[in-house]
Amino acid sequence: MLNVSGLHTEYVSDKGVVVKAAQDVSFEVPEGQLFTLLGPSGCGKTTTLRSIAGLEKPTEGVITVSGTAVYNSAQKVFIPPNKRGFGMVFQSYAIWPHMTVFQNASFPLEVGQKKYSRKDIETKVMRVLDSVELAQYADRDATRLSGGQQQRLALARALVMEPKLLLLDEPLSNLDAKLREKMRFELKKIQRELGITTIYVTHDQSEALALSHEIAVMRNGRIMQIGTPRQIYETPNTEFVADFVGTINFIKATVRSVDAAARDMVVDSEIGTVQVPMIHDFHVGEEVQVCVRPEDVHLSDSTPPVSHTNHYLGTVFAKIFLGDVLDFQVQVNDKVMLARVHPSQKTPVGAPIHIVLDPSDCIVLKQEN
Amino acid sequence: MQSSVAETASPKFGAAFDAKWVVIGISLVVVAILALVPFCFMIWQSFHTPETASSPSVFTLGNYVTAYTNPETVAIFWNSVQFALGTSLLAFVIGTALAWMNERTNTPLRRLFFALSIVPLIIPGILFTISWIMLASPKIGLLNTWAMAIFGLNSPPFNIYSMWGMIWVDALHCSPMAFLLMSSAFKAMDPSLEESAVMSGSSILNTLRRITLKLAYPAIMATVLTLFVNTIASFEVPALLGLPAGIQVFTSAIYQAIHQYPSQIGLAASYSVILLLLTTGGIYVQSRISSTGSKYATVTGKGFRPRTIDLGLWRYFTMAIFIVYFLFIVVLPFLVLLWSSLQKFYAPPSVEALSRITLDGYRYILGSESIRNAVLNSLWMSFATATAVMLLAAVVCWIVVKTKIRGRWLLDNLASLPMVFPGLVLGVSIMIFYLTFDIGIYGTFWIILLAYVTRFLPYGLRYSTTSMLQIHKDLEESGGMSGGSWFTVFRRIILPLLKPGLVAGWIYVMIVSIRELSTSILLYSPGNEVISIVIWELWENGQYVELSALSVLFILLLLVLVGIAQMAGKRFGVKDS
Repeated sequence: MLNVSGLHTEYVSDKGVVVKAAQDVSFEVPEGQLFTLLGPSGCGKTTTLRSIAGLEKPTEGVITVSGTAVYNSAQKVFIPPNKRGFGMVFQSYAIWPHMTVFQNASFPLEVGQKKYSRKDIETKVMRVLDSVELAQYADRDATRLSGGQQQRLALARALVMEPKLLLLDEPLSNLDAKLREKMRFELKKIQRELGITTIYVTHDQSEALALSHEIAVMRNGRIMQIGTPRQIYETPNTEFVADFVGTINFIKATVRSVDAAARDMVVDSEIGTVQVPMIHDFHVGEEVQVCVRPEDVHLSDSTPPVSHTNHYLGTVFAKIFLGDVLDFQVQVNDKVMLARVHPSQKTPVGAPIHIVLDPSDCIVLKQEN
Repeated sequence: MQSSVAETASPKFGAAFDAKWVVIGISLVVVAILALVPFCFMIWQSFHTPETASSPSVFTLGNYVTAYTNPETVAIFWNSVQFALGTSLLAFVIGTALAWMNERTNTPLRRLFFALSIVPLIIPGILFTISWIMLASPKIGLLNTWAMAIFGLNSPPFNIYSMWGMIWVDALHCSPMAFLLMSSAFKAMDPSLEESAVMSGSSILNTLRRITLKLAYPAIMATVLTLFVNTIASFEVPALLGLPAGIQVFTSAIYQAIHQYPSQIGLAASYSVILLLLTTGGIYVQSRISSTGSKYATVTGKGFRPRTIDLGLWRYFTMAIFIVYFLFIVVLPFLVLLWSSLQKFYAPPSVEALSRITLDGYRYILGSESIRNAVLNSLWMSFATATAVMLLAAVVCWIVVKTKIRGRWLLDNLASLPMVFPGLVLGVSIMIFYLTFDIGIYGTFWIILLAYVTRFLPYGLRYSTTSMLQIHKDLEESGGMSGGSWFTVFRRIILPLLKPGLVAGWIYVMIVSIRELSTSILLYSPGNEVISIVIWELWENGQYVELSALSVLFILLLLVLVGIAQMAGKRFGVKDS
């Protein structure tokens, strides 16, 4: 439904430097899906979103919605943002302080190209305010709403004009933790119920994992990887993606032997010999990173009853009790790894501990310098 | 809890407690004297006949009767209002257009726009007015001479000695202030408020009408009112341009009332009270709007830079407008003064006149002892004023911001009271008071210093208060916890942290006091002139060449001072006001 192809956007900073905010950004979003642009500050996700909205003018690329181009650099097409019919929720909500809640939500219906009667406007606005549970505040001054209420009003305003595309720019980042979790559910529910194609921008990877059909991880203006939440989490393609989404242990290693038929490798690492699957074509002597999620580092006090291929002996370096999980820092040789286990694991600090890694949990990536 | 602290406190703590109260007491008394006494006395004087050698002063309503029944007063009132409204609106339109061009479009030459913030500091009102007289007076104005020559006109097209002339000159002079005020309003507006309107489908015009202007409304009203209050207190323009044309406004009427023989002090006082009512009313309305406008204050999130409108080729047109404006406001005035300073006697530029270039004017200025004295007076006076103001301001703002002493709001209002006074009115009230209660300072250097400190205390206070508000309570309290007495904490923790605000305030007060005219013009005496007074006197004597030479040198001096201010601002990490 939305197709972005070869998008390049740049701007001139205050110091006069040209910043290439988005470089060669391409992705596709089918109808009704929630697509997230995820990345750290300055990675170009907001610029990309604003380019889709039309608030930034790209230098190159094509953006089409349902087959119609809203931007095409080659054919010099640029539809101004107020004619695109996209609903947008800004990070600061952008609620107009000089209007009431109702007036904020009715604005798009009053100024758009289609003319509605007063009755129609009232019906539509009250319906959308109802869906975000703000109907009883309709006549209140918009400044007298809490943060969470303002955010819902911003969403209502974006939805009232029944847009083709919904653009959300870090809508939850200004809310406190508990409210953020609640709104995450609300947003997902509304989006799935309405089936509205949505582009979501955030730096919070748990938000991205929770809400998205697909995620694009961005860095320095470029897309590093596109995939479903599970794909991004379980099979990251670079150290950056592996580290940015969730926590991960990086173990430096060198390839010792390769079994092309079984798609297996043996590597010599900081913690010892590790047997890993061969996802990419590596060759002997190549420097790699073995990446393991903390929840995949299995610990036990005594030698495991069944013999495992990746079995190491280490000592407990530190422990942090987090209520629902227990974080262990375990040291093997000079390497300290993070393990996340059930709180019933009682091994004290300084005691020896057995560590087991399942080969299928080991993600092997090329070592970046 | 309080009592246990006092019991366990060391004996040293008790002694320091006294030092605090002494300092507070002294500053209260000083501020009260500075602010209240002349003010009260002026009101008193307006109800009394002037005391002369033959008759003591008696209570009378005569002054007000004269003031209100005299048909001239109505004319003065309407002139004042017309002048102030016309100037405010024109300055507002110019300033806003420039602010919009700079903040919201891609007009080139953005750096030059920022020079606008220092231009009014470098060219004081009296020089600006005089230079425009030289440009547009019917007899000698350069623009008139050229226009008549180029278009073959019989009579000069521009007459600066008119209400329109007054409005034009003062509006030009005030427009940088309007530019700065509206610029910061545009900057403070969260751009996402307009962007969300655009995303909702609104056209650019609609967004301007329903969102931008409505949101800027408090800022617009505040700017217009500030300009109004400023203009109605303006002296140089009405005195130099209005009086020759027979147009009187309150400020020029007050000046004339005093300079008549016999001096009509009572009348001057009653005019002053009326003027004071107008300015107070204006400031009151402005503060009410500011407080309701605070609900419009937007807290910007990530602060994405505002979308500038691409004007395409039109941006060269806006750039041209700006260049023309810059010509009117800096280049032409300075050049005409420079030109006239290099002549033996004033003449419009021509090839022939070029041959007569001479430095006689400068020689006169630099050689004259009385003028050298005046320059030294100015420097010394502004130095002393700035120091006194900032010291007092430091103590006052500490009391107001940091203590919980009851009635500290009263101290704050007292110290800020002089702001409602037009400079001339302050001069009148101080003059009257110290004439009547002769403690020997009338006609001396000290009365001018007193007037300056009173007048500029509110400005110094604004700088130090801003700085003080940023000093977190923790910093003070940890000083106390470490065992320091109040005085030690004030000296070694508060004062050093206040330093940036104090330095910035000191420099600002120094710059505005060195170019001051309307207060000192009623208080000076031979030997105590400051530079502006010397310029005024040279103008009255028709010594245009010498006056221009002094003006050029004065502008260069101010340029140096402002340059130092900018450098000090960078060094001490203070943003420009």
